[in-house]
Amino acid sequence: MRFQWRGGAAAMSLSTMVATSSAAPASGKPPAILLLRPVDPPFAVALRERFRVLDFLSSGEPLPAFLAAAAAVPDPPRAAVVMGGGAVRVDGVLFDAVPSLRCVVSTAAGIDHIDLPECARRGVVVANSGKVYSADVADHAVGMLIDVMRRVSAADRYVRRGLWPLQGDYPLGSKLSGKRVGIIGLGNIGSLIAKRLEAFGCVISYNSRKPKDSVPYSYFADVRALAADSDVLVVSCALNKETRRIVDGEVLDALGPGGVLINIGRGANVDEAELVRALREGRIAGAGLDVFDGEPKKPAALVAMDDKVVMTPHVAVWTTESRSDLRDHTVANLEAFFSGEPLLTPVTMLP
Amino acid sequence: MDSLGVLLVAPMNAYLEQELDRRCRLFRLWEAPPEPDRRAEFLRANASSIRAVVPYAAHGVDAAMLDALPRLEIVASYSVGIDRVDLAACRARGVRVTNTPDVLTDDVADLAVGLAIAVLRKIPQADRYVRAGLWKSKGDFTLTTRFSGKRVGIIGLGRIGLAVAKRVEAFDCPINYYQRTKQEYPNYTYYPSVIELATNSDVLVVACPLNEHTRHIVNREVMEALGPKGALINIGRGPHVDEAEIVAALVDGRLGGAGLDVFEDEPNVPEALLSLDNVVLVPHVGSGTHETRKAMADLVLGNLEAHVSGKPLLTQVV
Repeated sequence: MRFQWRGGAAAMSLSTMVATSSAAPASGKPPAILLLRPVDPPFAVALRERFRVLDFLSSGEPLPAFLAAAAAVPDPPRAAVVMGGGAVRVDGVLFDAVPSLRCVVSTAAGIDHIDLPECARRGVVVANSGKVYSADVADHAVGMLIDVMRRVSAADRYVRRGLWPLQGDYPLGSKLSGKRVGIIGLGNIGSLIAKRLEAFGCVISYNSRKPKDSVPYSYFADVRALAADSDVLVVSCALNKETRRIVDGEVLDALGPGGVLINIGRGANVDEAELVRALREGRIAGAGLDVFDGEPKKPAALVAMDDKVVMTPHVAVWTTESRSDLRDHTVANLEAFFSGEPLLTPVTMLP
Repeated sequence: MDSLGVLLVAPMNAYLEQELDRRCRLFRLWEAPPEPDRRAEFLRANASSIRAVVPYAAHGVDAAMLDALPRLEIVASYSVGIDRVDLAACRARGVRVTNTPDVLTDDVADLAVGLAIAVLRKIPQADRYVRAGLWKSKGDFTLTTRFSGKRVGIIGLGRIGLAVAKRVEAFDCPINYYQRTKQEYPNYTYYPSVIELATNSDVLVVACPLNEHTRHIVNREVMEALGPKGALINIGRGPHVDEAEIVAALVDGRLGGAGLDVFEDEPNVPEALLSLDNVVLVPHVGSGTHETRKAMADLVLGNLEAHVSGKPLLTQVV
């Protein structure tokens, strides 16, 4: 019986996989991969052109059944493509179900959905999205910051409502150039934000787990101290135990009445209820937020702040270029793995 | 300078008005009713006292006003653009003119970059999406276009144009420019015409002064050269751009998008623009920060002080 692999709308059936498990030889066929996340058509095509794609979402099966069937095919999958956000956890359960897996390629930058120690124990190599998203996220952070300081979105609403001829000039904003910017998390994204804002004459400081060598910015071990010394605070760190609610009421108070917060990390990095209170009471001046608690949502309390807040629906990575870069990057990591080369963007455990 | 009679054309800045009132003899043009004959009467009544005028972007000094103020010695504009001051007429009458360069360069450049990112990444539109509850009801927002690495074309590499270039370099944007005289910049590519500049750019920024050579410098051809994926950013003057043409081009999609801070007939903005999703519209806020407007006011006051005390003017144009 001919092995039936993923193509067009055809799903892989359990019986087909079991029936052919001892059939055709493994050599000469494209390697099998597990696809554990949704992909757009160009991405699906790019994968199918190169690999035998075992597609979880199209299978219609519950995950354990799908994994068992995948593990039983001839030349079972040695690599898996996963997404961030914890939809499918990469952990011992997955590896027990599909022992052939030797490589995981995540399409996210963050790796909180991946049990790295377990991967290391089993010799499974892990790749993430590397710097694919970094420029777009940094650009979005800068765009949001200019918007909040200069009230671009609010002024645009004012014009569209026909208020300029009726109410006259729009209230003044705040100068960005030369302001002190504190960045929480100086990784790929944080570094690009710093580089961009330096060109605006901003003075950059940062907080991260440890100071970074050969970085020309002032380091603050304590986020409150960073906030106290900053006019703008940018959250661009990963979400983990240490960074949950890293921006709390005390940090906001330290940022102060003229201060602006920009969050392009995760909603949970900021105490959102405290942020609402701080804005309402004028304890900080404004905020630009791409991420929230409980997405997707209409954050009513923040919407009511009108021109103090700029909000976008988690779109910092959402460009056509990022999508095609991510596709190329994921394919490149998979091809590197299957040809025995090192991964382009391996994730190693931090000491 | 408490004997200096100063005519302020509009209540453009409370601090400026307060200082002029405190330090000079202030005449407020808007206290006269707006009809031309009432204005003329006001000027006549105070002509013997008025030796200085402070205009701004929205209201200049023309030959008629100069004729009405025979004792006028200096025009100290609260703006860097002085397209609405009749410089030839001032020169002819020996009236000195100053403006407010440099102090607003950063703000205008910041806004230009902010508008470019806002247009390409659809930030105001995304903000509207969240505010309207559409994220919850309709799901994901549309994909947008990356800003980093896009080719930025700048019309006029003066103070503001260079400040824009410096900023977008940090986004790895290749920089092209056009101006009447080519200068050598190692990292910037010169194009000998605006059409060629537009053809080779993804984002086109208007940063030149408005004069007889630059009116409608962005015309239909330039917009079409910039194209369906291009974005125009105007932080110059409304008349730099053929406004009727840009409305049509944006509606048709012959021009991809625009970020506009200035318009031909401020505060009026063409109705057709108000409902477009591919534009960002702001009400002439290029220098609109507390810090900069105070610095501009101080420069106006400084120029008036220098004039009165016989010292060199700080930022003389004529």
